[in-house]
Amino acid sequence: MNARTDLSVGIDVGGTNTDAVVISPSGEVIAWTKSATTGDVTAGIRSSLAAVLDQLGPDRGAVSRVMLGTTHATNAIVRRRDLGRVAVIRLGAPASTVYPPLAGWPADLRQAVLAGYVLAGGGHLVDGYPIAELDRDAVRRLLDELEGRFDAVAVCGIFSPSFPEQELEVEALVQDHVGVDVPISLSSEIGALGLLERENATVLNAALYAVARDITSALTTVVVEHGLDAATFFAQNDGTFMAVEYAARYPVLTIGSGPANSIRGAAALSGADDAIVIDVGGTTSDLGVLVGRFPRESTLPREVGGVRTNFRMPDILSLGVGGGTIVDVAAGTPGTDSVGYRIAEEALLFGGSTPTLTDAAATAGAVVAGRELPPLDRSVRKGLAEALAVAHDRIESAVERMSLGRTGLPLVVVGGGEFLVPDRVLGASEVVRPERGAVANAVGAAIALAGGRADRLCAVADRVAAIEEASKAAIDKAVQAGADPARVEVIDVLETPVTYVTQPTLKVAVKAAGPVAHIGRKEPT
Amino acid sequence: MPDQDLPTGGGGAPVHPPAATTTSAHPPAGTAGTAGTAATARTAAPARLCEIAADDVAALAAGAAIFGTGGGGAVQTEQMAVAAAIEKHGPVPVVTVGELTEDDAVIVLSAIGAPSVGIEMLPAEGQTETIVREVERITGRPMTAVMAAEIGGSNGVAPVGWAAGMGLKVLDADGMGRAFPQGTMISMNVAGLPSEFAVMADTIGNVSVLRTINLAWLERHARAITVASGAISLGAHYVLTAETAPGAVIEGTVSRAVQVGRRLLAASEPVSELAAELAATVVVSGKVIDVERNTEGGFTRGSVTVEGVGADRGRLTRVEIQNENLVIIEDGVVVASVPDLITVVDSETGEAISTELLRFGQRVSVLAWACDPLWRTERGLELTGPRAFGYDLDYVPFDGGRR
Repeated sequence: MNARTDLSVGIDVGGTNTDAVVISPSGEVIAWTKSATTGDVTAGIRSSLAAVLDQLGPDRGAVSRVMLGTTHATNAIVRRRDLGRVAVIRLGAPASTVYPPLAGWPADLRQAVLAGYVLAGGGHLVDGYPIAELDRDAVRRLLDELEGRFDAVAVCGIFSPSFPEQELEVEALVQDHVGVDVPISLSSEIGALGLLERENATVLNAALYAVARDITSALTTVVVEHGLDAATFFAQNDGTFMAVEYAARYPVLTIGSGPANSIRGAAALSGADDAIVIDVGGTTSDLGVLVGRFPRESTLPREVGGVRTNFRMPDILSLGVGGGTIVDVAAGTPGTDSVGYRIAEEALLFGGSTPTLTDAAATAGAVVAGRELPPLDRSVRKGLAEALAVAHDRIESAVERMSLGRTGLPLVVVGGGEFLVPDRVLGASEVVRPERGAVANAVGAAIALAGGRADRLCAVADRVAAIEEASKAAIDKAVQAGADPARVEVIDVLETPVTYVTQPTLKVAVKAAGPVAHIGRKEPT
Repeated sequence: MPDQDLPTGGGGAPVHPPAATTTSAHPPAGTAGTAGTAATARTAAPARLCEIAADDVAALAAGAAIFGTGGGGAVQTEQMAVAAAIEKHGPVPVVTVGELTEDDAVIVLSAIGAPSVGIEMLPAEGQTETIVREVERITGRPMTAVMAAEIGGSNGVAPVGWAAGMGLKVLDADGMGRAFPQGTMISMNVAGLPSEFAVMADTIGNVSVLRTINLAWLERHARAITVASGAISLGAHYVLTAETAPGAVIEGTVSRAVQVGRRLLAASEPVSELAAELAATVVVSGKVIDVERNTEGGFTRGSVTVEGVGADRGRLTRVEIQNENLVIIEDGVVVASVPDLITVVDSETGEAISTELLRFGQRVSVLAWACDPLWRTERGLELTGPRAFGYDLDYVPFDGGRR
């Protein structure tokens, strides 16, 4: 065997499983592992990494980067644990004062996160005219009143995505007043237009700094423990990764990285640039769409832990159809509950007494874990067959929905319940079941590119210049995230008209991405 | 409602992409006076709603979304503000037109502006109170109640929160019985009630008083001011009294929205129960197979094609959309059109889907039902019939039939 070079490790910590893979420069999976996620996530990362490094043997020295996708941030929000207390500075009073910061948050989360807030004068109209002069004293007063009883600061100005300078000015002011050690989140760096959702995302980001420190130090520690000379990166929710320093500043962007990695990983394993991906788990099936090698993004605000946010997330359709879904045999339909991880005890196939969709698939001929069904009443068989047909219908209609009418896309099927998807699905050109589909998430993490994005508002007449400016900003951000400046490129430009303004106005949104820079390393071929 | 609106627009109220809904409601019992065409099937007048409490807000929002007929702005953010206002100030008393006394003065409030700006620059604390105080100064009498210019969408929800904050009542009525994109498309205009003045206040604190020669000029000036204010403002352009309100407003619509919302939220068969509640016809149930949108010229114009499923298999139905759902066409024949109400709902949940949220592949049901008789008068049709929206079609009253 030739000595290998430039290997990538991808680790994905999901709600149920922690997966790890090692990928060669040509994209081949040369080692992999899958284990249950436990309460001690760092220990899980450590043992998963150990498992794949063992499989590599002497080639372990060829690992040049380690990418981690993790649910740490989501868990922290959902469980209200390890969250920092945030001083929120909104710029734009008197506008928007009907809605104070964190309006609509679950009360316990609000209580855990909000240190205090100020609605300070500042911000801009849609055309850049100032709403009010920046009220620096109001900002200082808030900081003084809180007497240090906060862990981080969130700054959100009206129309700051279009006019970000004032938030930067406030960042400098805060540092000048309370020191440079307090981490500060600026909304213009986190989300798009939509004040409350962007502010929510910014506050969550600020609340997650301690979690970010935990995960970044966990990853670097584990890598050092294993004696690897590898660069470490974090997967973010658009299928790109970010450098550790960047992840430490933008932890909120790791939320949703699991589905994004799953989509990119599944597609990469199948060789598709454009595809519909379905990940069939025990409780749900999650569908996503890969467009030009990246997950299609949701155009709607999303809830994270009960909080509406508008930072970008992959467009995921979740169906209540999984291998563990309990079948109502009498009605011949899949129910809403799942036996979940207890499937290996409760399903008929495993000697249990609960009919599941896995049993239904086995009735129809699928071979699951090399097992055979016990003898069943004809009525039970009939109920299972009918339920499977309903599940197939739901999957088919979800595929069609995600396709947005574009026929001819392959359907890539991954996940432990992949046998629930029939071999022919209306609307898909073919059904592809890639080898190693079970660790698609970790593959997606391992092959992530470095990305960046930027928005600008401009007069229609200045469109070209605005796209150029936004492209430059997006490329700068991608490079900041770790991309090779020589190979980063613009991958998407979205233009949206803005109405009710004096002159025709456009919003341009640009995404850029590129492979990781290898400073002092040999380029992969 | 993207862009052209005055008092009815989707404005100050943040219009969030996610939630909108669309359906419609059905005109409550009699609108006095102006009815020209015979009313079509109507359900009994809704149970009288005496106040709106915190736990009515979700129903109000769901119902208002149904009456939005695809427009009117998404309701979530306003729902949040109204719930917070009621929590702080207590339930809002609801008063009917018949209960107005000579001491009552009803201010008609609405937002105007660009939804895309409305999600970024939100209303200011005290913004509506500023308007009310100015109106009181001009008229020399205290305002006692608030009426929504349109019940459909966010503009039907927000006034309840404003009333709560100012300790005012809400009039169980509105100016449209649905949502329309322009300030001239309002019942007071049909009734010939002049707008003597208008007061606008922006989220920054600027107040403008306008005296224009008619509503068309008001719309032109109000737009210019709104642009200067950053594309969003709130305004009042009518004050109604016990003398002027009867016949000039569409009555019972707040109760109606709450009742429809309650029924919808509790339904086990949402689409059929919603249709029954509204006395609406489910014109078609199927899936969206095409969504065409054209935003040129600042107008959103387009169409949605629904392919029937189940009992409707083999049918293709098109809904013409602008800010709202305007015309249903099948086999080249108009099935229903403005001013009758057309709402597209999710076939599973019955939740209204606003025009900007219609997407390929959605399973939808298209509901249609008769508008308030006021809109079927000559003046009503001139303002809100198909031709008012640029369609070269004669209005045919929707009578509940399929075609």
